[in-house]
Amino acid sequence: MKITVGRGSCGIAAGANEILALLEQYVQGMGLACPVLTTGCIGMCCLEPIVNVTDGKGNTAIYTGVTPEAAQEILKDLAGQESRAEQYKILSVDLENLNAQTRIALKNCGWIDPENIEEYIEKQGYEAIKKCVAEMTPGQVIEELKASGLAGRGGAGFPTWFKWQAARSSQGTEKYVICNADEGDPGAFMDRAIIEGDPHAIIEGMMIAAYAIGARQGIVYVRAEYPLAILRLEKALAQAREYQILGKNLFGSSFSLDIQIKAGAGAFVCGEETALIASLQGERGMPRLKPPFPAQEGLWQKPSNINNVETFANVPWIIRNGGSAFSCMGTEHSKGTKVFALTGKVARGGLVEIPMGETIHKIVYGMGGGIKGGSQCKAVQVGGPSGGCIPADLFDTPIDYHALSATGAIMGSGGMVVMDQDSCMVDMARYFLDFTCKESCGKCTHCRIGTRRMLEILERICDGHGSEGDIELLEGLSEQIRAGSLCALGQTAPNPVLTTIRYFRGEYQAHINCKKCAAHQCKPLLIYRIIPEKCVGCTLCAKKCPADAIAGDHKRVHTVVDDKCVKCGKCVEACRFGAVEVE
Amino acid sequence: MGCGCVEGRGILKSPIDLSLLDPTLKKYAEVPGSLILVLQKSQELYGYLPNDLLLYIARRMNIKLTKVFGVVTFYTQFRTTPVGKHLILLCQGTACHVNGSSEVEASIREYTGVNEGEITPNGLFTYSNVACLGCCSLAPAMMIGDKTYGNLTKESAARVLKEIEQKELAE
Repeated sequence: MKITVGRGSCGIAAGANEILALLEQYVQGMGLACPVLTTGCIGMCCLEPIVNVTDGKGNTAIYTGVTPEAAQEILKDLAGQESRAEQYKILSVDLENLNAQTRIALKNCGWIDPENIEEYIEKQGYEAIKKCVAEMTPGQVIEELKASGLAGRGGAGFPTWFKWQAARSSQGTEKYVICNADEGDPGAFMDRAIIEGDPHAIIEGMMIAAYAIGARQGIVYVRAEYPLAILRLEKALAQAREYQILGKNLFGSSFSLDIQIKAGAGAFVCGEETALIASLQGERGMPRLKPPFPAQEGLWQKPSNINNVETFANVPWIIRNGGSAFSCMGTEHSKGTKVFALTGKVARGGLVEIPMGETIHKIVYGMGGGIKGGSQCKAVQVGGPSGGCIPADLFDTPIDYHALSATGAIMGSGGMVVMDQDSCMVDMARYFLDFTCKESCGKCTHCRIGTRRMLEILERICDGHGSEGDIELLEGLSEQIRAGSLCALGQTAPNPVLTTIRYFRGEYQAHINCKKCAAHQCKPLLIYRIIPEKCVGCTLCAKKCPADAIAGDHKRVHTVVDDKCVKCGKCVEACRFGAVEVE
Repeated sequence: MGCGCVEGRGILKSPIDLSLLDPTLKKYAEVPGSLILVLQKSQELYGYLPNDLLLYIARRMNIKLTKVFGVVTFYTQFRTTPVGKHLILLCQGTACHVNGSSEVEASIREYTGVNEGEITPNGLFTYSNVACLGCCSLAPAMMIGDKTYGNLTKESAARVLKEIEQKELAE
């Protein structure tokens, strides 16, 4: 019998540490012989804190939204006392959603203790690398990857085997295998969850890559914003060394590998391979022209292979189960499964892993349970700042590299931000351009200055100063930035603007021509008005107004003075009669 | 407080005690590619990266000061001005943006009475807008120290700051 508490970053933020401490205290107090253990994020972030109770027969009960009271009830139930534990049990709909997923990269997340190598080993951990070393040549490993059809999960979707083959073919004894854990896409957090929940899977994936290409050194480049991921990875590496899984002459062979962690310092562009390498060398993370590709000249000019976290997490499974078991899932062009981070205005946010080929509709309405508060869905933003907004009427688009590109978005790293009628698409475009403009490294003129000009135009439109021809100007600049930028950051920066223009042109026109923002997000375009029939003259709004913009005497109908109004919305909040309307 | 010193974590006394960094430099000065690591350790020690320190690092590591400064200004993690005792990292990721992070920012600005990057008069807080913290399912979110606060509202964000402030005053 054991109790496990989900302690990923999301669980901890929801109070998992406090719950763990309480459970330990109660278990001791009640004299129960039951260890209280840690596990990673199971992906149902909206239901945290989550506590699993596994009985002697191996059956697990999942409790969600566990409060201190719930913790007490769960333990009462364990002790055979009468309890209200049942009401905290996971809802069948959530359990069905969990079971409906096909989990490969997330297989162990939320089920094993990430800080205990034994638990990983119990789940067939490190069997794949042992199989590689004992039974397979590096060439056979790469063939297996080729058969799997695994493509890079970081965004570009480049065939993994091809990169491995290129690094293997490069001359030289000193080679590097690098894990890109610089998860920078706002709205994506699967890499964090995988490292926090199953760090050994990354280590094993990297080991297999190292074996295949002939590298003896590995580096994980992690975002500094992920302190828990760094901590868990450090522990996992130390344990792997202790178990002689990392080190010299592993598993009785001549294969040797050690892996180090390097913490990034916060630059989105470092997700680009050559920029990442520059950053690893202690320099400004600016991309360079390719070729030479990192597989030819990478870190310290040595052949290097760089893959994303989720990519590596798939590798041990592929070796254990065979490439064909992986490639039989998915579509013609996109094989296997993909993890999506479902967030925004969705009812049940979190991580879902599904086979390629499922539709966006299934993710948003099936797994995600539709829109929070039951309002109408407008679009999903897929692929982060490099991706695009896909409108609700295209939700039958399958998850496939080609199909998503055809909509103007990209698969990207798998961030999926759901937006409802309260989201303004022009504001979203402005938001993303603000991001790319800040994150542009400044090397290419088109990216550095072009994104700035696009941002200025979008800000103008959102501020009510848009003019005829702005849409065309944005489209023209987009083409130039795409053509004139060296790396994917610049080449894809216009995507959010182009897709919102493509699918929501009417919103742009309403902003520009009518100075209206239907979603009420662009403050300068809002007009506050007091409905005379509803106003009782209580003066509350006038008292709350920070700009002294509401005129009217006690018990008389009040009015908003437009010139003074700062559109803060305090009057709407203050009015108890619903007399203030916003247009 | 007149000298601009910030008490507590990342104590800064003027002139700066550069020798605090010597153990780090001894270990990494000669290791190629260590500049970012050294800067990270420096910021942990001093709370920010003052010019004197950058000059010292440049000399000790035999890297041109322009290059050191180039790296410092490239990465968002590095700061060249001091911050309050509690640095509030306010997430401006997509999910947070969609879920109202701008209102949370307004509330924090109102509570602290300072703009982004500035220190409150009592030296307790500085807030900084950051790209995604990776806690999107808890949007809108912020991080103070190692603690992440999720599902924020205007009211709950201000409450968190108030609690920290009261704790500080009690000590």
